[in-house]
Amino acid sequence: VTLSSRNHSNMLIFLTCDFQDKQYVGFATLPNQVHRKSVKKGFDFTLMVAGESGLGKSTLVNSLFLTDLYKDRKLLNAEERINQTVEITKHTVDIEEKGVKLKLTIVDTPGFGDAVNNNECWRPITDYIDQQFEQYFRDESGLNRKNILDNRVHCCLYFIPPFGHGLRPVDVEFMKALHEKVNIIPLISKADCLTPNEVKKLKDRVRDEIERFGIKVYQFPECDSDEEEEFKQMDKELKECTPFAVIGSNTVVEARGQRVRGRLYPWGIVEVENQSHCDFVKLRNMLIRSHMHDLKDVTCDVHYENYRAHCIQEMTSKLAQDNRTDSPLPLLPLPTPDVETERLIKMKDEELKRMQEMLEKMQQQMHEKDQ
Amino acid sequence: MSESVPPEVRPKPAVPAKPSHVAPPSSVPFVPSPQGTGGEGQGSGRGSALLGYIGIDTIIEQMRKKTMKTGFDFNIMVVGQSGLGKSTLVNTLFKSQVSRRSTNWSRDEKIPKTVEIKSVSHVIEEGGVKMKLTVIDTPGFGDQINNENCWEPISKYINEQYEKFLKEEVNIARKKRIPDTRVHCCLYFISPTGHSLRQLDIEFMKHLSRVVNIIPVIAKSDTLTLDEKTEFKQKVRKELEACGIECYPQKEFDEDMEDKSDNDKIREAMPFAVVGSDKEYQANGKRILGRKTPWGVVEVENPNHCEFSLLRDFMIRSHLQDLKEVTHNIHYETYRAKRLNDNGGLHPISSSGQDTQESNL
Repeated sequence: VTLSSRNHSNMLIFLTCDFQDKQYVGFATLPNQVHRKSVKKGFDFTLMVAGESGLGKSTLVNSLFLTDLYKDRKLLNAEERINQTVEITKHTVDIEEKGVKLKLTIVDTPGFGDAVNNNECWRPITDYIDQQFEQYFRDESGLNRKNILDNRVHCCLYFIPPFGHGLRPVDVEFMKALHEKVNIIPLISKADCLTPNEVKKLKDRVRDEIERFGIKVYQFPECDSDEEEEFKQMDKELKECTPFAVIGSNTVVEARGQRVRGRLYPWGIVEVENQSHCDFVKLRNMLIRSHMHDLKDVTCDVHYENYRAHCIQEMTSKLAQDNRTDSPLPLLPLPTPDVETERLIKMKDEELKRMQEMLEKMQQQMHEKDQ
Repeated sequence: MSESVPPEVRPKPAVPAKPSHVAPPSSVPFVPSPQGTGGEGQGSGRGSALLGYIGIDTIIEQMRKKTMKTGFDFNIMVVGQSGLGKSTLVNTLFKSQVSRRSTNWSRDEKIPKTVEIKSVSHVIEEGGVKMKLTVIDTPGFGDQINNENCWEPISKYINEQYEKFLKEEVNIARKKRIPDTRVHCCLYFISPTGHSLRQLDIEFMKHLSRVVNIIPVIAKSDTLTLDEKTEFKQKVRKELEACGIECYPQKEFDEDMEDKSDNDKIREAMPFAVVGSDKEYQANGKRILGRKTPWGVVEVENPNHCEFSLLRDFMIRSHLQDLKEVTHNIHYETYRAKRLNDNGGLHPISSSGQDTQESNL
C-alpha cells in the first residue's frame, strides 16, 4: 500500500477543501501519523566508505557527522601491511538532533586497493553486502518479524584519488562489481590539491568514463513536475556537480574572523564548508538533508529486491532440478513451514489485496468529488 | 656528446673502489712556503718545497673549459603512478618543456597494460654549457589492478643500458667517447597519502636501490599541511630505514667529513615534498611559478610552501656530477663485476660488431 507521501502542500489542499464536507474521512492525516511514529522509533542508516588508504575517508565521515569515530584507530605501517587483506569494520554511533534519533553505522573497508596485487580486492566487500541482504531475507521470511535488524548497506561513498587523470582500472572494476548491489556515490577526495580548472576537467572525465563503462551510480530522483522552479534549478545544479569534489577536516581554524572547519596551508586556508572551495556542503545536504530517505528506499526497492529475486530464482531452479514440489516460500535453513502457516499467509495476502482495492476506490471517490 | 670520462685510474673489477679525484672539490691552491717545509699542503706530507708558482691549479680551469666544449649527458628516469605530476615536475626542474608530455601526447592517453619505457632527449644550454638531457618515463607503473613485478621492465631497462656501455668498453677498437645512456638518477614519486609508504613503493625501492640512484620525492605535496608533511616525512624515513633501503645519497659513499655533513643535512630533509607547475602567476609584484587556487597561490619556488627549490639545488646545482660519478663508479662497476664473474670473463669483441656474448639478464 503506497500513499503518496509527497509534499505536505498536497495534503493541506485536501484538508482545507474537505474539512466541512460530510464525506471527509480523515485519512489524509496519515502522512502526519507516519511521521510521528517514525520520529518516535528513530531512523537507522548504514553508510559504507571505500577507497585506498590515505584518501581522507575517515576525516570526511567525521566532518559529515561532526563526530570522532576513529579516535582509537592505529594505522599500520607498510611492512605490517604486506600481509594485510581487506577487512570490514563497523562503527555505530547514535546521533540525536531536534528530537529525531539516528542510529548511524559506518562500514569501513581498510586495506582496499593497498596491496601490490589487488585482484578481486572488492570480493570481501561484495560478500559483506550480500550477507546483509541474506540476513534480512531470512529475517523477513521468518515468523517473528517484529524486530528485524536492518543492516543492509544503504549507500557506498567511493573515493577516487585526485591524483590521476580519471578512473583507474581498480575504480572501474570496483564500481562495476557493486553498482547493482548498493547505491554508489563516487567522490573526488582531497580536492584541495586541484585548481578549479583541474577539478572541472577531472569531473568531466570521470562522468564520461562512468557512462562509457556502463557504471550505474546512484541517480538523484527526478524532480516532480509541479515542484517550484527554484527547487528544480537547485536539483539541476546538484546533478551537474557530480561527482562531488570534497575536502574533510578534523581541525578548526580561524578564517575571516570566524572559527571554521578547515585546513591551514602557508598559502591560504581551505574552508570545508565554503561552497567555492569544495562540494562538501552539497554532499552533506544531499546525503543527509534531502536524499537519505530515498537512498534507503532505493536500497530496499531495487537492490534488495534484485537480490531477493535472484535468490529465489536460484532456489527454485535448484528445486526443479531436485524434482521436488514448488514452494512459494524461501527454503533457507529455516523451520519448514507447515500447511497451516501457509494457509494463514495466503489469507493475509488476500486480506491485504482487498484493503488495497478499498482504498483505491475511496481515493477515486475523493477525486471525483474534487472534480 | 658524452660525458667526460673520469680519471684514467680505474678501480679493480672485483671491488668497487672509490674514485680518486683529479682535483678535490674545495681545492686550496698549494701555497709553497719559502722555508721549504711544505708540510701544510694538500695531499703532500713532507714533499719537496716548491720554489715558485707552477700553475698546477689551473687544471681546474682547463677541465671546466673542456666540459663546456664537450657538454655532457644526463639521464633521469621518473617513476610513479600516473597523475602524480612527474612530467610537470621535470619540466619545472629544467625550466623547459623536456618531458614526453610536450611532444606528441594528449591528456587522454590510455593507461598502458604493461609498464612501458619511453625516453625523450633534448639539448638545453645555460651559461655556455650544453647538456643533453634525456627524460625516461615509465607509464603504466603501479596503475594496474595487479602490479606484481611491475618494476621488472624498469630493472631490465637499466641493466640493458649498463650492458650497452659494457659492450662498448670491452670492444677492441672502442669509440673515443662512449655514449652514455645509463640512468644517472631515478626520481621516485610517492603518493601524498599522509599515512605511510605503500607496499608497491617499498617493493620497487627494495629491488632497485642497489642498481640505480633513487631519489624519492613526495608528489603533489600541496595537499599536505605543514604538520602533516613533517609527520609523513618522518614516517617515510623510518620505514625506509626499517626495510634497509638506501636512497641517494648513500651513506656508504660519503668520502670525507665534509661530504658526510653536507649529505647528512640532505638526508634529514628527504624525501623532498614538491609541487610542480609550468604556469606563472603574479604574486607580490613578481611573476612566479605556481598553482592558483581559490584560497591562495601555491608558490613552487617558495621554500615555505614546498621543497622544490631544495630538490633542484640538490639535484642540479650541487650533486649533478656526483650522481653521474656514483652511477659510473659504483652501480656500473657492480654490474660489470657481476657480469665478469658470471661469464668467466668477457671476450673483447671486434669492432665489426660480431657479438659472441648475449646479454643474459
